[in-house]
Amino acid sequence: MRHGKYRFIASFLAIPLVLYVVFVVSPYAQAFYISMTDWRGFSGQQNFIGLRNYAELATDGRFWQAMGHNGLLILVVPLVTIAFALFLAAVTTVAGRQGAVGRGGVRGSRFYQVVFFFPQVVPVVIAGVLFGFFFNPDAGLLNGVLRVVGLGWLTRPWLGDPALALPSVMAVLIWGAVGFYYVLFSSAMKSVPPDVFEAAVLDGAGRLRTFWSITLPMIWDSVQVSYIYLGIMVLDGFALLQVMLPVPGGGPDGSTVVVSQYLYETAFTGGRFGYASAIGVALCLVTLLLAVAVLRLTRRQQGEY
Amino acid sequence: MTLETSAPATAPPARPQRRASRQDTAGRSTGERTLGVFTHGFLVAWAILVAVPLLWAVLTAFKTDSEIFTNPWSLPAHWQFGNFARAWTTANIGTYFVNSLIVVSVSVVLVMLLGSMVAYVLARYEFPGRSVIYYAFVAGMTFPIFLALVPLFFVVQNLGMLGTYQGLILVYTAYALPFTVFFLTGFFRTLPGALAEAAMLDGCSHAGVFFRIMLPLARPGLISVGIFNFLGLWNQYLLPLVLMPDSQHYVLSQGLAVLAANQGYRSDWSALFAGLVIALLPVLAVYVIFQRRIQEGLSVGAIK
Repeated sequence: MRHGKYRFIASFLAIPLVLYVVFVVSPYAQAFYISMTDWRGFSGQQNFIGLRNYAELATDGRFWQAMGHNGLLILVVPLVTIAFALFLAAVTTVAGRQGAVGRGGVRGSRFYQVVFFFPQVVPVVIAGVLFGFFFNPDAGLLNGVLRVVGLGWLTRPWLGDPALALPSVMAVLIWGAVGFYYVLFSSAMKSVPPDVFEAAVLDGAGRLRTFWSITLPMIWDSVQVSYIYLGIMVLDGFALLQVMLPVPGGGPDGSTVVVSQYLYETAFTGGRFGYASAIGVALCLVTLLLAVAVLRLTRRQQGEY
Repeated sequence: MTLETSAPATAPPARPQRRASRQDTAGRSTGERTLGVFTHGFLVAWAILVAVPLLWAVLTAFKTDSEIFTNPWSLPAHWQFGNFARAWTTANIGTYFVNSLIVVSVSVVLVMLLGSMVAYVLARYEFPGRSVIYYAFVAGMTFPIFLALVPLFFVVQNLGMLGTYQGLILVYTAYALPFTVFFLTGFFRTLPGALAEAAMLDGCSHAGVFFRIMLPLARPGLISVGIFNFLGLWNQYLLPLVLMPDSQHYVLSQGLAVLAANQGYRSDWSALFAGLVIALLPVLAVYVIFQRRIQEGLSVGAIK
């Protein structure tokens, strides 16, 4: 019986583990080593050069330009997304109905959930193509609408203008993400026991006060996790940018280049595999730092219930 | 945020009135009522912002090319169903669609089978190295794929599987495993053990218990995770971009991106938008059918 058990365990684990080690674990492990070599081109030999790639990275202007864009995205996109999502969730689930404060929500909140959530399942490439054309200076919907409502002076080549390209991309990222976090926060808010809200209302707290002092602390965990998720999503951003702004070098004057694009370009256009792997390691470190930083900076007493 | 400015003024009229009368009976102040109108306006505005670009894309798919440029925001004068035929054949969307379907469906079946096997063993059996394996999978969810990209390319190339269906399928399966194992392990832990023990006493083998009893019991969890894997892999762009260099084997997302990038010199915008709509249909179908399950599953998963 014992024996049969271990044979069974081994037979169930063998194939998935081999797959996982070959295609996932080993590439990650190799990346760290390759990042310390000078491997170039498809044939080339690899020489171990220690941390020299990282030293070069530290003074690489384009890398820092890309990192700067990632930094901006990480600051703006999660904040705006979370703010919107919190607002919408609070309005539809908690603050809405007059009779029982804290329960239910405004009319049709189910309908809003279905609509708001949909962008989450729209493939990124489709969103990229769609919004690439949405911002088209001549035939795009945005300029078309602006002209119709008499705001013609506002029309511009959104994605062609180095100052506007990145904000336009941010808008699309936010457009795609709000719905998911809206649903997430809604369900978190619903799991807060209603008597907490009733008590707050009895004590004379208004909507805003209830939100700041009750709702937000109660769901703070979800907000933290969301920031990390959004940060990771924004750190990548490759597919959307590559499709929305199919300009070599990352948008007009490199104004939207992000680290993942620079990595891809370095590896598969420039053939500098060692250096590209060093960029990958840096990206990974930033991801981990971001997670740690968010957890540290936003530590706050979680409401008990 | 340039997007929001257009909508709110026109949006709210219908609903707030209904609300206002109910609020009167509740005896709310006018301040509260204006707040209600304001918040409702915001909800409607966001719904419009979400829906309009998508509806516009669908409308655009039915227009002629010249109409797209002269009347970007009007209804098509004649509904051009031919766009879809052209997208499917001339623009190769049909080939890409079939490629995507093959790769994604085989991968989903494979990852669900292998993932549930691993998850079951991890959740139900004690053995040395169990927690190491579990955390190896959990760690796989947190690292960015970009870090593995360069070595992965060479691993696949050295196996002679670059540009093949089986190469992409195996890679998809391997990268979907962490998520699948993580969630199904949690799910298998919640299932009652008594049934499995009874079956064992009746002489059922370990594998028999798994396939005949535990797997059917785990159906709700399997369906949820399967849907996410389908949506996630249908969405995948980076992996095929690196691993499928041959245009005959492009998956849908790749094909659409190339088609969009080529519009500069060989423009057929209407076919491109028809292609977008075709690519969106499976996702839309899955969303409409499983919409409640998707929302619950995703949000529960993220809170954990």
